Amino acid sequence: MPQERMTIVVFSGEMDRVMAAFILATTAAAMGLEVCMFFTFWGLNVLRKKKFTAGKTLLQKMMNTLNRGGAGRLPLSKFQMLGLGPIMMKALMAHSRVPTIPELVSQAKALGVKFIACTTTFQFMGFDKDDFIEGVDAYAGAATFLDDVLDGKVSYFI
Amino acid sequence: MTPDDTLDCFGLLCPMPIIKIAEKIKDLSPGQILEITATDEGIRTDLPAWCKRTGHEFLGVEEKNGEYRAYVKKAKA
Repeated sequence: MPQERMTIVVFSGEMDRVMAAFILATTAAAMGLEVCMFFTFWGLNVLRKKKFTAGKTLLQKMMNTLNRGGAGRLPLSKFQMLGLGPIMMKALMAHSRVPTIPELVSQAKALGVKFIACTTTFQFMGFDKDDFIEGVDAYAGAATFLDDVLDGKVSYFI
Repeated sequence: MTPDDTLDCFGLLCPMPIIKIAEKIKDLSPGQILEITATDEGIRTDLPAWCKRTGHEFLGVEEKNGEYRAYVKKAKA
């Protein structure tokens, strides 16, 4: 059977949306598809290490203090309630043994899912490669990703 | 039907059963049968769909009191 491809743009940085992206990515990889995820804008927070801030200029540092990175502390797209929402949602998910976002990230890597980080967001937010987890396969732009998209059958934007 | 190996997916929700099955099937030899026990109803359609895409043979699923037993035969290579 020829290997089919699936590509996902992870634009959002909220736990619930990112979870949907990773459920599709890991399942597709388990079904034998070649999967590529392109993380851009808020989505880059999934690949960031848990650090207090990031950035080179004062404005970047200010922005990145608010825009916290780390797969384990993404906000919810609704019912954020100053951080109470994610705590409640994580408790519900843990009760049903649903994997956490960091677990889904490792699972995706173990299944061979390719991670591409957007260089544009990377640049204007002032990130450093050291701000990111291992497992980022490439730092690239839209053309690289579109080349993957055009070879694939399915593409999602989340 | 006598399975060669069993995978416990009790209490696991999508996508974990399929991911565990995909990992587990690697341990079997072609032609061997894997039995999967699960509680998530999704297994009814998720497993045949996974089999269709991966080439492994779906042998069936049975349900008793909300517990599912499903069987897969590993593809010949």
